[in-house]
Amino acid sequence: MNPTAPHAITTKGLNLWYGTFQALVDVNVALPHGLITGMIGPSGCGKTTLLRCFNRVNERYGGVTTTGEIRVLGRNIYDPDVSLIELRKAVGMVFQRPNPLPISVYENVVFGLRIHHPRRELSRARLDEAVERALTEVGLWADLKDRLHVRATSLQLEQQQKLCIARLLPLKPEVILLDEPCSALDVEGTRAIEELMCELRGRYTLIIVTHNMAQARRISDECVFMLLGQIIEHRRTEELFLHPADPRTADYVEGRYG
Amino acid sequence: MTDVPFQEPTSEVSGLEAGRPGSSPGGAAGGGRRFVRTAFVRRKERFEAWARGVFLAMAAAMIVPLVAIVGHLTYEAWPSLELEFILDVPRRGMTEGGIWPAFVGTLYLVGLSLAVAAPIGVLAAVYLNEYARDNWFNRVIQLAVINLAGVPSIVHALFGLGAFVYAARFGYSILSASLTLAIMTLPVIIASTREALAAVPRAFREACWNVGATRWQTIRSIVLPNSISGILTGVILQVSRAAGETAPIMFTGAVFYKAIARGDLFAYRLDEQCMALSMHLYTVTTQVPNVRESVPYATAVVLLASVLLVNATAIGLRLWLRNRKRW
Ligand SMILES: Nc1ncnc2c1ncn2[C@@H]1O[C@H](COP(=O)(O)OP(=O)(O)OP(=O)(O)O)[C@@H](O)[C@H]1O
Ligand SMILES: [Mg+2]
Repeated sequence: MNPTAPHAITTKGLNLWYGTFQALVDVNVALPHGLITGMIGPSGCGKTTLLRCFNRVNERYGGVTTTGEIRVLGRNIYDPDVSLIELRKAVGMVFQRPNPLPISVYENVVFGLRIHHPRRELSRARLDEAVERALTEVGLWADLKDRLHVRATSLQLEQQQKLCIARLLPLKPEVILLDEPCSALDVEGTRAIEELMCELRGRYTLIIVTHNMAQARRISDECVFMLLGQIIEHRRTEELFLHPADPRTADYVEGRYG
Repeated sequence: MTDVPFQEPTSEVSGLEAGRPGSSPGGAAGGGRRFVRTAFVRRKERFEAWARGVFLAMAAAMIVPLVAIVGHLTYEAWPSLELEFILDVPRRGMTEGGIWPAFVGTLYLVGLSLAVAAPIGVLAAVYLNEYARDNWFNRVIQLAVINLAGVPSIVHALFGLGAFVYAARFGYSILSASLTLAIMTLPVIIASTREALAAVPRAFREACWNVGATRWQTIRSIVLPNSISGILTGVILQVSRAAGETAPIMFTGAVFYKAIARGDLFAYRLDEQCMALSMHLYTVTTQVPNVRESVPYATAVVLLASVLLVNATAIGLRLWLRNRKRW
């Protein structure tokens, strides 16, 4: 762990526009290293947008202007010598709808390796090992070790979502961004993903967007409440839920709007 | 007319229905006369049946021209229809014999024009769909593509004449004619390729971007493999277009008659003029007196059959690729 960076991600005066619509307004936030940070807020308040800033993947969506500073692991990611490829390797994202690639389970897991390494560096043994390690880490190895060559899109949703997390792991990411990872899953699937997140806690910095207040409460260490592109409150989770400082937070967590 | 929108509860309530928990006496839940057709409903149903019938008739009417065309052509062409008709050269001032020079000429023209248009069109479409941002430069490109698709083929012909025959000094040749056809088919290939690319879900691209894949890696590993069947189909469907056009090749490289050997597949050089099926059909129908009657029809049948065969191949290829994709 980098001692000069007690926070995995910090932003200073971050503003973001889609065309002329301002989606993020002066966001200043510092997210802790190695813990789970929850992000809550009503629909359209900019949670996904903020998440996509952290690996600059927003820029792939077109018409985006950003000002301000974002530091990931102490490094300003808008520095001209920052490689987006290396950044995204370290900061991976998991989506609301599981999006395994339409290739085999095996190839999904090694996809990142294939992209970041020349072919000759990737021996069969190295790939096999990466697959076993990643799938073990997300708890899929036992189920899938005999089905590594089935098409990933034919798995159950919960397995697909775990696979999407596993796909990030061979790249040794430091931050994993999860954008409502459970909202397409049933109760069992949700619990499985939450358990997995708790497993991964400590080894990775996890940032999870969720609409589910109870989920934010269950699994996050710190919690960020957003409204209309602004950060309203950011505190330890139990404090935010029990003693919210801002009346808007109180109203939201008590379900008076959302 | 008077519609009866609501039926009063009547006395024909059966004992069973009256005993339902939900049926409160005196309320609207009266029982036996609910959910019946009113006159208004009957009228709506009549319109529905009519509408359906009309639409179906129009759709079914599409079969008529196809059957009529194919049937009529085959009937008229029957006396000439044999393999020899394709393999033989025209004889007696094109009034008899076969169509080999035109058949080979069309193969050359179509093959060469697609060999040029397909790579350019597919690559351009990949750029427009995967790389292009929404700025004035790319809007100009899009506008160009759309307008190019709207240019009449006779104008393409004139352009080909000026650009390839004269300016580029390719002369009246297969090369000039093919390039003219290529320009004509390009916008459609671009459009169909873009459609195939756009059908690949955004989620796949996002998955790639978020592990740090470059756009090219995304395209090569995910986008192209999942759209290749659509792309190929779009390209192959342009065969029929290129094979059928007459004006563009007439201005730039097709001739009425050229003597080559029977069954010779390598009869033409690219800087020579050639015969072509579409042009030959025009010639034997309108320019040559006393042609054996079945010859123009047989020519048309060969043209049509070749095109349908190619299209069928495209469909087969598409199915095969799609099945393979699901391994
Ligand atoms: N690509 C885009 N182009 C233009 N506007 C966008 C784009 N993406 C998001 N927006 C707008 O930015 C605002 C924030 O969107 P964002 O997706 O970040 O919200 P969110 O908090 O994730 O909402 P949800 O809970 O519904 O996922 C919304 O008003 C949305 O309409
Ligand atoms: Mg969102």
